[in-house]
Amino acid sequence: MTRQMTGAKMVVQALIDQGVDTVFGYPGGAVLPIYDEIFQQNSIKHILVRHEQGAVHAAEGYARATGKPGVCLVTSGPGATNAVTGLTDALMDSIPIVVLTGQVPTFMIGSDAFQEADTVGITRPCTKHNWLVKETDGLSGVIHEAFHVATAGRPGPVLIDIPKDVQFATGTYNPPKPSTSHYQPQVKGDMEAITELAAAIETAKRPIFYTGGGVINSGPGASQLLRELVDATGFPITSTLMGLGCYPASGKHWMGMLGMHGLYEANMAMHDCDLMINIGARFDDRITGRIDAFSPKSKKAHIDIDPSSINKVIKADIPIVGDVGHVLEDILKVWKSRGRKTNQAALAQWRAKIDEWKAVDCLKFTQEGKTIRPQHALARLEALTKDHDRYICTEVGQHQMWAAQYLGFEDPNRWMTSGGLGTMGYGFPASIGVQMGHPEALVINVAGEASWLMNMQELGTAMQFNLPVKQFILNNERLGMVRQWQELLHGKRYSHSWSESLPDFVKLAEAFGAKGIICSDPDDLDEAIMEMINHDGPVLFDCLVEKHENCFPMIPSGKAHNEMLLGEAETQGVIDAMGSVLV
Amino acid sequence: MSALKIKKGSTSHSAYNLRPTFSDVEERHTLAVLVENEPGVLARVIGLFSGRGYNIESLTVAEVDHTGHLSRITIVTTGTPQVIEQIKAQLGRIVSVHEVHDLTVEGPSVERELAMFKVSGQGEKRVEALRLADIFRANVVDSTLESFVFEITGAPDKIDAFADLMRPLGLVEVARTGVAALPRGD
Repeated sequence: MTRQMTGAKMVVQALIDQGVDTVFGYPGGAVLPIYDEIFQQNSIKHILVRHEQGAVHAAEGYARATGKPGVCLVTSGPGATNAVTGLTDALMDSIPIVVLTGQVPTFMIGSDAFQEADTVGITRPCTKHNWLVKETDGLSGVIHEAFHVATAGRPGPVLIDIPKDVQFATGTYNPPKPSTSHYQPQVKGDMEAITELAAAIETAKRPIFYTGGGVINSGPGASQLLRELVDATGFPITSTLMGLGCYPASGKHWMGMLGMHGLYEANMAMHDCDLMINIGARFDDRITGRIDAFSPKSKKAHIDIDPSSINKVIKADIPIVGDVGHVLEDILKVWKSRGRKTNQAALAQWRAKIDEWKAVDCLKFTQEGKTIRPQHALARLEALTKDHDRYICTEVGQHQMWAAQYLGFEDPNRWMTSGGLGTMGYGFPASIGVQMGHPEALVINVAGEASWLMNMQELGTAMQFNLPVKQFILNNERLGMVRQWQELLHGKRYSHSWSESLPDFVKLAEAFGAKGIICSDPDDLDEAIMEMINHDGPVLFDCLVEKHENCFPMIPSGKAHNEMLLGEAETQGVIDAMGSVLV
Repeated sequence: MSALKIKKGSTSHSAYNLRPTFSDVEERHTLAVLVENEPGVLARVIGLFSGRGYNIESLTVAEVDHTGHLSRITIVTTGTPQVIEQIKAQLGRIVSVHEVHDLTVEGPSVERELAMFKVSGQGEKRVEALRLADIFRANVVDSTLESFVFEITGAPDKIDAFADLMRPLGLVEVARTGVAALPRGD
């Protein structure tokens, strides 16, 4: 039903009609009319963050944990520019979020007004799409379209810039209706290609499923179909950082994460396979290593909803453009109708080969002495939390890779990490968003002390809204991954990769009214972790770990999958001049 | 048909056509991009080219459907076959883009460009400029006692050739529109 109302009221009404229950935001001059409307309603909870970057990461965390688009509301100028990192992060990881920004009134645009910035210009390359709304009558339509664009096809962030006079003016509100937009990405895969893939599955001798965030983004149904296909074919499966949880870590065919810090067996199998089935992953450089030596013997099928992912990096022999869920359903249908065949004899040999690689036990470590090794901290965290209704976020760096290696994920939407952009400071606000989506769950942010400090102000948000997020900080007093690269590539010249003056994290927590726990003795670790889990409120857990631990296994820059380093002994002079140019 | 013609809303284009031949040879392609004529749409398209390091040799934009608010952007670009496929796929992702056509591979097409040349000179050079203009079917659109402005339409090669001839005859200024192109036939 169309109604007359102000632009500000339209914003709130459109969000309600889109099923939004939570908005992360920060007020300012150019969004005051919208905040006035938020004040006068009870349908939408507004979470006041302490920095706009935190609002966007929180919305990302909320979106990834719930499968619904996350929503932010920030002011013009600095509010919008502070949102840019989060937008770019969401673009790289294909996370659906809708960011509403205030703007100076239309008649002042271009005059360098107070808190004016060219928001649509600045955010054009870091959003899937954005809009500057100049007339109140068009506002509701744009907001509904924004939700469609954010969630349809390959998801991503969108931004709507709303000048203040548009918020004050009265216009016609239109409720959501089925999208008439020309933007309707293809979801069904090509049946000829799907049939070709089914035939390849029947004859493959050394097949592998290589899955990614596209499976998670396609919804829980896609993960179910993937599990059915993996278990029916008995093919081994690995996943990118983004796809962890689409197949259970306890599953029979799971090989662990692949890539630069992936598991030995996963990378070796990628290198030696004869059929690679890429489902919703994009051949990122963290995965492929050296392109010209990437899986040289395999036929590659690539399923992706975004045509630009196909052949961007690695040539696909069987390209399939479509939504993972739809395509998997068709693959299963076709493969079953052809008699559910696989090459059993060859598969048995392949599994035996993989078991040999597994026997290397690339993640093994020994906890000795009185210093906690970070791997041990995560192994204990896993043991003590895996039976909980648990969601894990991370920051970016060594701790992130260790978390991916040592924590197991049984279901999709349980793992929130900044993959593509690698944003330090992502995890803490993301954990706040996750907790908003799942108030009763155990939400843990595995962090490094340097990353965590980048958005530490959000401790105020967690306290204000009683969000019992657990900040599990592996504190090595170093920028661990930077230090590791300096050790391997820059002659151990540790240029600015440590902090001279770290805070006392327990006192810091207490200053905000939160609980702080410090643990440095391996013998105290379990008890301390239990104390963290059992505390009803935000906890800052300062886990003092070995300061010079390196993250292994590792594919050095410029090397192939079968040139992995398994430990310290192998690191001398392995990265050549070409490799050191790569990041 | 284009190897990767991204027509929004289509559900039937065969992924078989996505298979490229990977080659290092640079090719010149003329792309016709139909876009929603809304603020910022040109910035989206050229931002894609600059942001991802693609070449633009020529760019022509105008609204071609006033009721449907559609503009046609004609882009001449160069790149390896893989890069050209990426450019088309990336253009197809832009929400405001309705259709992407690669006129270079979708069958025969015609390309035209309009240019204006100001040629200044006296005596024999002036006569020669006028004679060559006649041969190239260029029109004189402005004249003083010491200069002409010629208007010429044609394929970019023809305009290049005309420019080469005018240069020794006193060429002082050139304006070119960039390429407009359409497929031949139905």
